[in-house]
Amino acid sequence: MAKHDTPLLDELEKGPWPSFVTDIKRQAEKNPDCWDILGQVELSYKDKITHWKHGGIVGVFGYGGGIVGRYSDVPAQFPGVEHFHTVRVNQPASKYYSTENLRALMALWDKHGSGMTNMHGSTGDIILLGCRTEALEPFFYDLTHEMGQDLGGSGSNLRTPANCLGQSRCEWACYDTEEACHHLTMHYQDEIHRPAFPYKFKFKFSGCANDCVAALARSDFAVIGTWRDNIRIDQAAVKEYIAGNIASNGGAHSGKDWGAFDIQKEVINLCPTECMWMEGDELKIDDSECTRCMHCINVMPRALRPGAEQGASICMGAKAPILDGAQFATLIIPFIKVSADNEFENVIEIIENVWDWWMEVGKNRERVGETMQRVGLPTFIKVMGLDPIPQHVKEPRSNPYVFWDEEEVEGGFERDVDEFRARHAA
Amino acid sequence: MPTIEHNGNSYNCDEDGFLLNGMDDMNDDWIDYVKGVEGIAELTDEHHKVIDALREYYKKNGIAPMVRILSKTTGFPLKRIYELFPSGPGKGACKMAGLPKPTGCV
Repeated sequence: MAKHDTPLLDELEKGPWPSFVTDIKRQAEKNPDCWDILGQVELSYKDKITHWKHGGIVGVFGYGGGIVGRYSDVPAQFPGVEHFHTVRVNQPASKYYSTENLRALMALWDKHGSGMTNMHGSTGDIILLGCRTEALEPFFYDLTHEMGQDLGGSGSNLRTPANCLGQSRCEWACYDTEEACHHLTMHYQDEIHRPAFPYKFKFKFSGCANDCVAALARSDFAVIGTWRDNIRIDQAAVKEYIAGNIASNGGAHSGKDWGAFDIQKEVINLCPTECMWMEGDELKIDDSECTRCMHCINVMPRALRPGAEQGASICMGAKAPILDGAQFATLIIPFIKVSADNEFENVIEIIENVWDWWMEVGKNRERVGETMQRVGLPTFIKVMGLDPIPQHVKEPRSNPYVFWDEEEVEGGFERDVDEFRARHAA
Repeated sequence: MPTIEHNGNSYNCDEDGFLLNGMDDMNDDWIDYVKGVEGIAELTDEHHKVIDALREYYKKNGIAPMVRILSKTTGFPLKRIYELFPSGPGKGACKMAGLPKPTGCV
């Protein structure tokens, strides 16, 4: 492929941030097809419109997803991107790698594809950008046979699950997010590879309420770590913070002078439930009023730790705006033990409850969050086999359109108007 | 647009090998052609049952059925559908049946 003039893209080689243009040019020295990526993007910059055709259905035998087909709408001009399919490869939990693994994967991709990647897609996959249809099966063969790795998910199925790095290097993780993510990914391979759902469905696993994988916003099924006993306080370390011997927030605000650490102002007064106070030089917490927001622990990580009785909350139904508006996930299970000891069977039970129901009543391309909205939270709670609790709502309903089941109403719904007229003439 | 030649017939297709004119262009030779490219060794009554179910549903409703409706009407669990059509109900069966290409976030 020939080089193309790319005056607009060349501007993006200036400035301090790593330039994707410079990187693609470097890869183009090795694989000349990449000049056509730059050429087509330059044309899009000029025309202000995408030059990829609509859709694309390609894949590998046995799977109904994992590969996103793409074709250029100007293939004569840019033959190097005539086919430009994206391959989703399932990433390891937390995205820890060895260079050995990455080198092998890149050798494969240089052989079968463009050499361009996205590390990683928003859902978590290793994204391999750009290859031809005829390269898909050979690449898949090598990926599975040589590397022991598999594709990720796409389509109306369980998408590739993802997790925060959890207990691997965070002192706040309330369960093993990596093990949970890995175990459930393996457990549900069938649901990942062969679309069987009304629409897509995502799992995400966060170790605590800081939610570093954004499970609450970006997964249909969010498992977010928490605890239910008391925050563990090291009073000696609290004194060190007050004395200014330990930087607050792990030194996160050291770029600006915010004055000396003031525990009253920065911790106690910011507690959302006002359940903290100083007694002499000791910090006290009324844990029964604590909502485990993580603020005090975030500010004084060396003095405060999550409690010892740990588990997770399960929230469901987050989605982006289409069709009915964006949603964060709704709290469904306030506390559940999440443990590899029972192979996560209590979490699996909840997942299958949702799926059994949603696969039956979910409309075509209706996210579970929309199905929940359509049937209403009370119905959803009921079909999940749960009892409603105050924690299920932020506030009670303000309108009086309350449905009752017939058996809840004395005398039922069958009434005789003549009987009514006997007492109230028309 | 690519044209596919098979057994003396020619078919107008898109890049993914879906019939541009849909079911109007579909015939037994098309089924025979798709069989070759979609990894199907021998065409059985079960294949035809899936194809017929897809065509009937599409003619009536103007869309392809959801996976679980296809499973219900044919009585084949998804696993069986993949055994029949290794690329799955979308890329395999819909292509063979002459239905339009599945769209959306696929």
